[in-house]
This record gives sequence, structure tokens and C-alpha cells, in this order.
Amino acid sequence: MEYLMMDRWSPYAVGVGIGMLSWVAFLLSDKPLGCSTAFARSAGLLERLFRGGKVDEKPYYREFKPQIDWEWMLVAGILVGAFISALLSGQFAWNLVPDLWAAEVGAGAIPRLAVALFGGFCAGFGARWAGGCTSGHGISGTLQLAVSGWIAAAGFFVGGILSAMFIYHILT
Amino acid sequence: MFTTLRSNNRLQLGVGLLIGIGFGFFLQKGGVTYYDVIIRQLLLEDFTVVKVMLSAMVTGMLGVHLLRSLGLVALHPKPGSVGRTIPGALIFGIGFGTLGYCPGTAVGAVGHGALDALFGGVLGMLAGAAVFAALYPKLTSFLGKGDFGALTLPQLFKVNPWVVVIPVALAMTGLLYLIERAGL
Repeated sequence: MEYLMMDRWSPYAVGVGIGMLSWVAFLLSDKPLGCSTAFARSAGLLERLFRGGKVDEKPYYREFKPQIDWEWMLVAGILVGAFISALLSGQFAWNLVPDLWAAEVGAGAIPRLAVALFGGFCAGFGARWAGGCTSGHGISGTLQLAVSGWIAAAGFFVGGILSAMFIYHILT
Repeated sequence: MFTTLRSNNRLQLGVGLLIGIGFGFFLQKGGVTYYDVIIRQLLLEDFTVVKVMLSAMVTGMLGVHLLRSLGLVALHPKPGSVGRTIPGALIFGIGFGTLGYCPGTAVGAVGHGALDALFGGVLGMLAGAAVFAALYPKLTSFLGKGDFGALTLPQLFKVNPWVVVIPVALAMTGLLYLIERAGL
């Protein structure tokens, strides 16, 4: 129990744990771990609220049906699991501007939210363009030795390093 | 052995939720649901994210390939193409570095109360996915450029998967050792 209440675990323990979860996902569900398809399905579900059933006719949503599936539940589980973990270690806290951003860029909420919204848009758009995110390509793709996974993982870090360096070393 | 479980759609929703709870628990315990940790990785100051990803990758690769050799699981590599994988990954990367979370860790960050991950991250990602869905018919021909399909490295080199698995596992473990020795 004491172990469960710790703030941090070794990154290696966590990585081995996630790797073992991928065995379980393949074995019990015949699926690799992934997250971003659930965002596409959710976007379709939200669009359907406003525009009705014709959303299902869009070519993209014909391929990725707007519905709650295994991966959608996995993403819901991430929310619950991170919440439980933070609660056990007493780390749950509402927070709008991350410490590093506040120290280097500024404490104002609006700039942080605007950049986060831009970043979220690019992450959602790019993940669908690439067909996966840091989980689907970065972990599951690389572990299956998929060519798409290794190329995508390299691209994620190139784009990520350049944009983070731009904010923290050039703008500030 | 697992076919009944795998084809039970309702039960699968529960299995997905349980695996997700484990995933979210690990991500938070590893600190990788925190903006500061992810950004310090991208600024090459703290290698926690790489340590988590590479140890997950090596563990997952060894186990999944063993299960596959035993005939218990099948691989599901994603298809890719030059027009799809490279620009998509770079756009994603720009999002990753400005948002400071990826889709999974943004949801995990919301779980410990990070509101920038919710109002910026999750909302932005939903919008980005919706816009991509709207543009998809126009992008289809570009996305198909330089298609290489659901290719894996062992297929590319025409070798037994273990001929790639073992050296990759050793190389990544060696890389982690060097990162640790460099004090990163």
C-alpha cells in the first residue's frame, strides 16, 4: 500500500509495467495500446449531436465509426487510473498554468490556454494525419517493429524538440 | 483459447477500461502526465519520457514477439506512407511541443487536475480530429503517396523477427545505460 502512495516510481518500473500491459492488451483483446483514434470517434460523436446521422456518411467516419469502443474505454480508463494514482499520493490539484511555463513564459492563464489550444489542435490533427500518436505509433508501433511506428516516433520527437526549443530558447 | 473473450464486445469494453486504468496509473506514477516533465524531455534536460517509452517498448517487444512465436497473438502494425507518416508526425510533434502533452498523457493530466490539458489539450485535439475528418476526402491522394503498407522491419529485411528483436532490445537497453551514465 505504501508503494501505491508514493509520488513517483522509477521510470523503468513504469515502462516495464506499460510494456506488460501491452502483452495483456494483445492477449485478451487482440489490440495494441493506442489513444488518438478514440479522439476521432469522440469528435464524430460530438458532431452527430449537432448535425445528426449524416455525420456517419463522411468518408472518415465510415472508416472510424463514431462509437464507444475498446480504445475509447481505454482512454476513459487513463483518466480514472491517473486520478486514482494522484489521489493516493495526495498529488491531485487543480492547476491551469504549469510551473515551468509560469516561471519562463508568464503566469497569465490566457496565453497558456491559447497555446495549449493551438498545440492540442495540431496534436489531434497530426495524430489523425499520421494514423496514430505517441501510444499507437510511439510505443505500440515501435514494439511491433512497424516501419510506420519508427518513422512516426522520430517525427514526433523532431517536431516536439523544435517547437519546445522555439518557445523556451528563442521566444523567452 | 482467448477467442470467446475477444469476440465478446461488451466484455471487451470492460477489459479496455481496466487496461486503461492500469495505463493511466502507470503514466501518473511515472510523472509523464506532467507538462514540466514532458517539456524538459523535449528540451533534452530530463530523460524521464524516453526512459519510460524505451523500457515499455523493449518489454512490450520481447513479450509480444514471444507470444506471437507461441501462436497466442497476432501483430497489428499500422500502415504508413511517406505522405501520411512524415508530415503527420511532424504536425503532431509541433502540437506535442506546444501543448506539452500527447493525447494519452493529456487525459491522464486531466485526471490529476491539469486544466490546460482539458480546455487546451482535449478540446483542441477533438477540434483537430474533427477538422482532419472534414478535410480527409481532399487529402486522400496526398496521404497515399509513397505507400509502404503495414510493413514491419523484419519483413523489410526479409528475416525472422527475432533477428531484429534481439539487436533492437540490446541497442535500446544500451542507449538507456548511456543516458543513465550521462546523468540525464
